[in-house]
Amino acid sequence: MKRFLKALKGTYSALIFLFLYAPIAVLIVFSFNESKSRGAWGGFSLKWYEALLRNSEIMQSLFNTLLIAVLASLIATVIGTAAAIGINNMRKGMQNLLMNISYLPVLSADIVTGVSLLILYMFIGIPLGRVSLLLSHITFNIPYVILSVMPKLKQMNRYTYEAALDLGCTPMQAIWKVVLPEIMPGVVTGAILAFTLSIDDFVISFFTTGAGVNTLSITIYSMVRRGIKPEINALSSIMFVVVLLLLFVVNIRSTRDAIKQERQAHSNRSLRSVR
Amino acid sequence: MRKSRRISFLALPYGVYAMIFILAPILLILFYSLFYQGSKGFAFTLDHFIKFFNFREPVYMQVLLRSVKTALISTVICLIFGYPMAFILSRMRPSVRNMVSFLFVLPMWMNFLLRTYAWMTLLENTGVINTLLASIGLPPVNIMYTEGAVIFGNVYNFLPFMILPIYNVLIKIDKSLIEAAGDLGANFVKTFIRVIFPLSLPGVTSGITMTFMPAVTTFIISKLLGGGQNAQIGDLIEKQFKSVGDWGFGSAMSVILMIMILIAAGFMNSYEKEKSAGGVLL
Repeated sequence: MKRFLKALKGTYSALIFLFLYAPIAVLIVFSFNESKSRGAWGGFSLKWYEALLRNSEIMQSLFNTLLIAVLASLIATVIGTAAAIGINNMRKGMQNLLMNISYLPVLSADIVTGVSLLILYMFIGIPLGRVSLLLSHITFNIPYVILSVMPKLKQMNRYTYEAALDLGCTPMQAIWKVVLPEIMPGVVTGAILAFTLSIDDFVISFFTTGAGVNTLSITIYSMVRRGIKPEINALSSIMFVVVLLLLFVVNIRSTRDAIKQERQAHSNRSLRSVR
Repeated sequence: MRKSRRISFLALPYGVYAMIFILAPILLILFYSLFYQGSKGFAFTLDHFIKFFNFREPVYMQVLLRSVKTALISTVICLIFGYPMAFILSRMRPSVRNMVSFLFVLPMWMNFLLRTYAWMTLLENTGVINTLLASIGLPPVNIMYTEGAVIFGNVYNFLPFMILPIYNVLIKIDKSLIEAAGDLGANFVKTFIRVIFPLSLPGVTSGITMTFMPAVTTFIISKLLGGGQNAQIGDLIEKQFKSVGDWGFGSAMSVILMIMILIAAGFMNSYEKEKSAGGVLL
């Protein structure tokens, strides 16, 4: 019975993973396909990787995507971290008000955010293009930075900051030397989150970009209707492997911690049984 | 305490930014939905909303209803398949489950348009799946451009959002409660129904919120997998802004969508609070 259950669990997990990874496998396999058709296998080839480097449309939108993601996540991290520290030191009423405002873009649908920003740009006369795109990305990134920094601030002992002041720091020095190092993990998480949200965004960019300025998602969208170029498969395979490696490195750390904890729990248990 | 008040000015840049880029756009959308631009400037009108809530010809309401229905079905399917997965995951050793839960997040790092497109390759009438089915002598599945395909796409894109919140709650359940249930004579099924499932409800509600909200407002999945006839409310809004040019009507539909989301979020929120209050009372 127990073995049957175990097999059942394994099969179920395998099926779910198959479901999640099937399309990714298709993309990676077809990036090595000699033939251009997406239905038939024409033999192994690296030609789409070569073609990718020569495809200026894709390279240009990759450049736009990375440029905007880097700038937006940097600016959002600075504004958002400062905002979190400031909000944390406000009166309760003000704090709630600002936090609720921050939840609005997180909660509301991307399409509503996109459309409303489009109206704003038209209304105040910001031309649609890289600038409007950057502003939009900063807008949806900041709340996520605040939401990742806030818990770290709440966990922090607030007397450390006051102790720094008592020892002669100016408020700015105290924040720079005491508060910031303490909340750094939250800041980094926020920045990474912002960066990935930026790279992955389609809906908001779709509404707030102008003619000629395309991000990768927008290029992919316009290609989906005309038929995806195999170069895109090559590019997404590369991006997938890069992300896989990056996340793997980040994850290995937390996994190592978990293993350590497990060992500790195990030795505790054996200690208890000895006693 | 007073000393730290002074550094609240650090939130000032964000305050200004939020006013311009979060609050003003929402007010503008409200404005555009309620005013139209005539020859003498802006004038108040309810036409946009009347056009939507036209009971004699409820085409737009039908689209909204269809979106809610598709999103609900997708959410239920996600819950049915996601809960067991979250449960299996939560029972793994911590070192293993960290790695495995990471595998659930990984697909989300690939552009969702591309993943959806890959499903088109797989599901097409002459696609990979039907070729495979034909080779073992089974009848083909013609799912593309149906409502089923839209639901399929939703489930695919939002399943991890159901699994992860439930998993996060399940691993935090106090093991001694489960052991206590066993000591008191409950078998596994009973323990699950009476102890584990009720304790995991906060995860279930946030999973439902995180799946239902994006599912009801999506516009691109339906366009790619559902074809023309299965338009969702999101497609309708997109059309007003990108091709029809009726910003007033588009804004009105955005306002309706926004109000729906706020009501749903408030409902989920109060439900969660009620639950935890009940837990304390018991």
